[in-house]
Amino acid sequence: MIEIEHLTKRYGEHLAVSDLSFTVDSGQIYGFLGPNGAGKSTTMNIMTGCLSATEGCVRIDGHDIFEEPDKAKRLIGYLPEQPPLYLNETPEEYLRFVGEAKGLRRADLERQIGEVIRQTGIEEVARRRISALSKGYKQRVGIAQALLGSPKVIVLDEPTVGLDPIQIIEIRDLIKELGRTHTVIFSSHILSEVQTICDQIIMIAKGRLAAFDTPGNLEKHLLSPNEVVLTADARTEEVQALLDGIDHITDLTLEEGQNGSVTARIKTDLGNVYDLSRALFSAFAASGKVLLELTVKKANLEDVFLELAETGDGGLEALADESGHVESEAEER
Amino acid sequence: MIAVLKHELKSYFHTLTAYVFGAFLLAAVGIGAMLYNIQAAVSNFEFVLSFSSLIFVVTVPILTMRVIAEERKQKTDQLLYSLPITTTQVVVGKYLALLTVYLIPLCIIAVYPLIFAQFGDVYLPASYGSILAFFIMGAALIALGMFISSLTDNQGFAAGIGIAVILLNYYSVSLSEYVSSTALGSVAALCVIILALGAVIKHLTRNENLAYGVCFVLIAAIAAVCFMDSTKFENLLPGIMTRLSLFDLFTGFVNGVFDMTSIVYYASVIVFFLFLSIQSLEKRRYN
Repeated sequence: MIEIEHLTKRYGEHLAVSDLSFTVDSGQIYGFLGPNGAGKSTTMNIMTGCLSATEGCVRIDGHDIFEEPDKAKRLIGYLPEQPPLYLNETPEEYLRFVGEAKGLRRADLERQIGEVIRQTGIEEVARRRISALSKGYKQRVGIAQALLGSPKVIVLDEPTVGLDPIQIIEIRDLIKELGRTHTVIFSSHILSEVQTICDQIIMIAKGRLAAFDTPGNLEKHLLSPNEVVLTADARTEEVQALLDGIDHITDLTLEEGQNGSVTARIKTDLGNVYDLSRALFSAFAASGKVLLELTVKKANLEDVFLELAETGDGGLEALADESGHVESEAEER
Repeated sequence: MIAVLKHELKSYFHTLTAYVFGAFLLAAVGIGAMLYNIQAAVSNFEFVLSFSSLIFVVTVPILTMRVIAEERKQKTDQLLYSLPITTTQVVVGKYLALLTVYLIPLCIIAVYPLIFAQFGDVYLPASYGSILAFFIMGAALIALGMFISSLTDNQGFAAGIGIAVILLNYYSVSLSEYVSSTALGSVAALCVIILALGAVIKHLTRNENLAYGVCFVLIAAIAAVCFMDSTKFENLLPGIMTRLSLFDLFTGFVNGVFDMTSIVYYASVIVFFLFLSIQSLEKRRYN
């Protein structure tokens, strides 16, 4: 549906997008993930014809966005990072203008306006001025605008930023629903969001493609588990002595917990982390020490993300904020 | 294009812009008509238009200041870029909407000569010829205002620059009498103009080498011509200032000469600034 080939965008000396290539098939939800400044918005702006590329090409259903902008743009509905709304109009007037600009006329125009208003759930505010609407509703009006003209691809740039938790869930449900009838590409730097909604994840860092796979595969392939955490009912020296007798331990941290237990985080270079679990269990059992807990630490997307971001500069500070954001969100749910 | 035109018109009539513009224009022409046609009992409606053309200094920037600057500020220009319409359609649609807003008070004004004709001898061809010229001159100023609006995302700035530029244009003929008519003065002024042009090129293209190159080539050309025949530069600056004045051309129509070259001149000014507006919008796509 969308082919991106060797896309490069340079702002003077700064390289925003560098040799990016991927292909998007129809009928799925794609999450476009990357730390702030990774080039997400730039790529989306180029895909939708709002920005020129320094090199490379973008084809929508075979139509080059620079050579045949008219045909290509009709296939795309785009919601930029900041919804482009005329604040002193009502959603109805606004949608009428966008519909007309997309070439819809009379009965077809009225029908589609009614349809997208229903689909995005803005019936009750359709006759109020956009400036008086809440951020969540503004976002919906922006999405409604993208849906007009029944495009095959919907591109949404950070559609959930700045919304409250309830609005976020509502917008996510809307995206899931749209995914049934359209190809949806949406960008985000919130991992849990991408993990729950998307069929495929496109991860970029520093303007380059870092990963392109399903959320499950990404977790599986990019970070195989290599860490075991155990809590033992013993003194630190005893645990240290037991662990000294076990091979393939690359990193070890011991921490004394409450009521005399010790927590150890053990990293290994073994191919199968469960071999380490077996060795630990046997060692503790043989010495008669009680294991209160023994877990293999599974990697999640956040670790993948952090690892990718660490290899590219500049994303880390933003990430620190974001991971805080993700946790608080998880709590709210 | 029609969609943009309809949308713009709706917004002008939703807000005060169209009414304020119309009120100012009608007030100026009304006062003029009262002074010349009623109090002084002159039957030439052209004089009224000549008198009230100064009002463009205020009204045109009021009308054009927000036309593109506001889109930029509200980031709605992104919508226009992503819609399946070309930048040319956007600019022409917006320009036609501005012309429509301008045409409405002018239709009311067009009735005045007919009214005065009831009470005396009005030479109607001269009246309507100058109304037509008045329209085209305003249209050229509106195109200029639109271009200024496309350079910034600040309405106030667009209005300020618009007022300054139109005022300068209005007085450029009077000012031309005071500037140096010697060859040296003209050369110096041309060099300043060339440097300003270079600054504009640098701003628009973000290409320093191109800007410096253009400046260097033009200044070298002037220097070469100056060494060969410096008399060519005598009186050049006042000449240019007179030629550039859109208002000066209008006096020809007021004096009863319907000059086609002036009409062509206005038309080319319109096309030139619409072209620049399109380039200015298109440039945003590149950086």
